[in-house]
Amino acid sequence: MTALLDVRGLVVTFPAPGSGLRRKRVHALSGVDLTLGRGHTHGLVGESGSGKSTLARCVLGLQRPDDGSVLFDGTEIVGLRGSALRDIRRRIQPVFQDPLGSLDPRWTVGRSVRESLDAYGVGSPPDRERRVRELLDLVGLSPDHADRHPVQLSGGQRQRVGIAAALASGPDLIVADEPVSALDVSVQAQILNLMARLQRDLGVAFLFVSHDLSVVEHVSDEVSVMYLGKIVETADRADLFANPVHPYTRALLDAVPIPEPDARLVHVPLSGDIPSPIDPPSGCRFHPRCPLRVDSCSRERPALTPVGTLNSADHTPHLVACPVVLPARP
Amino acid sequence: MLQIDDVRVRIPVKGGRWVEAVGGVTLAVGSGEIVGLVGESGCGKSTLGGAVMGLLPSGSQLSGQVLLDGRDLRGLTAEEYRQVRGNDIALVSQDPSASLDPTFAVGAQVAEAIRNHRDISRRAAREQAVELLRAVGIPDPAARYSDPPHRFSGGMKQRVVIAAALANDPSVLIADEPTTALDVTIQAQILHLLRDLTVRTGTGVLLITHDLGVVAQVCDRIAVMYAGQVVEQGTVRDVFADPLHPYTRALLDSQPAAHHRSGDLPVILGQVPDLTHPPAGCRFAARCARVHDRCTTAPPVVETQGGGRVACWLHDALPPVAQEVS
Repeated sequence: MTALLDVRGLVVTFPAPGSGLRRKRVHALSGVDLTLGRGHTHGLVGESGSGKSTLARCVLGLQRPDDGSVLFDGTEIVGLRGSALRDIRRRIQPVFQDPLGSLDPRWTVGRSVRESLDAYGVGSPPDRERRVRELLDLVGLSPDHADRHPVQLSGGQRQRVGIAAALASGPDLIVADEPVSALDVSVQAQILNLMARLQRDLGVAFLFVSHDLSVVEHVSDEVSVMYLGKIVETADRADLFANPVHPYTRALLDAVPIPEPDARLVHVPLSGDIPSPIDPPSGCRFHPRCPLRVDSCSRERPALTPVGTLNSADHTPHLVACPVVLPARP
Repeated sequence: MLQIDDVRVRIPVKGGRWVEAVGGVTLAVGSGEIVGLVGESGCGKSTLGGAVMGLLPSGSQLSGQVLLDGRDLRGLTAEEYRQVRGNDIALVSQDPSASLDPTFAVGAQVAEAIRNHRDISRRAAREQAVELLRAVGIPDPAARYSDPPHRFSGGMKQRVVIAAALANDPSVLIADEPTTALDVTIQAQILHLLRDLTVRTGTGVLLITHDLGVVAQVCDRIAVMYAGQVVEQGTVRDVFADPLHPYTRALLDSQPAAHHRSGDLPVILGQVPDLTHPPAGCRFAARCARVHDRCTTAPPVVETQGGGRVACWLHDALPPVAQEVS
């Protein structure tokens, strides 16, 4: 596949809140690689402190990394400014968890969607009015919705408006950070169906950030699992969910409460707390909680390494950052 | 043991109107039993929890009975209710930070929960608090006793809240979305803890949640709420294997995990009815795939083969629940 997005060695740290003169830093991302193909959906899962939202912000150009590279369609976006940054942003659009936070409450829905067309100079002014109605129709809203304000809409309708606004500039990539987390399950299903349809019809790619593994399993072509600023495993969706290799991925999948009473958890898959990203563990960041750790895990930082065999160039390699579970290579 | 009998709650809203947030709910929680109360936003599940706790918005009207170990809680004065809360019934809510005082040591807060309801010495309360913290899985509880809440992670704070809630051996625990704010691996720990504690203490739990996965994992029975009413209840095994109410079925079908990427997820079209004017018949009728002429009148509540209940005309051949008044 041709990579639309190619992230290499991304490092982001922030000053820790309240750390004063000791200048401790939050290690949000510590060397992250990720590839996303045109028209594909890459799901990014992880718990608190995993860095998944920071990675999304770097791709949107909202967070400047300390180190590393974000190539979008062959263009380096790290350090981009002015009109070059604006041109790229038109092609990479965000959808956030709470559309109430991203939509101006004083504006009508029509104006919010139109704003994006105005900002990027899409079409002539009369074209834009028509385009607003087309976009609302595309996301399953009626033309009447253009005159309403965000508070007059349900959560699902507001997320449809958020998606319409994101689509206005004709993006190649939508970075969706927890887009259905605030929605009830029946409404969530409608929004997931809408996103799948838009991908089929428009060929738009998604970087889909979520803490919800069942949602990620439903929408993704490829999935990356993050833990404390590192990707621990990347694979095809089917491969990852059928053959999880990294001990953290396994525990995470086991911990998901599945709606089947016959598949009850008999043990707690992972004890202990998620360590703080301010002072992350040495070596493999998962080692203090890992059931399979060996002595070297506290010293050596495992790199993402292919597992299994690749039978076609089109196939996403299954990568795992854990020497303990990988078979010895000849 | 908690017995909720035909409870209705009306809450005043702007313009002199009322929202019927709970529209006649009958439900029981037995000793050592976890009952999952599940439904989507605005279905009235948290309001029902508030009705049991005596914590409804001011001006609300409550009818029906709320019996705790045979005693009707409805006629209690504010002071009497305060005595019942934290002693006979306790609450664990979604945000543990809101339940804990940020300026006090966590152990002292558990000890205070004990001394509020029992006449024992500070020292004895402290010892019991340490034991409770140990029971909920706080490592090295004697040393952590004096730490303020901000030194604890979200999951550890929720353990402390559970310790305080269980301090006086309540008959019933109302747990309102207790793991919704937690990461999934931490959620698994807290659910396991709740399950383990109910077995050991015999406390009954009303677990209010939007997550059917959580219900399937830890609950004995499930009650499904829609627009202020329980549309179906029964054992978790029966209801998940063979949901009888179309809303229960639709809710289970819209779970992404059940479908992978085979195609679109089934959805429930339309909107929840306006509860300032609840529809006369079945409240789900306007969105129901199997709607029928009869649905404009209130459906009968019938008893299922497994001893559960369902309120739907599709099953009117089943025997009616005797004491139910509609």
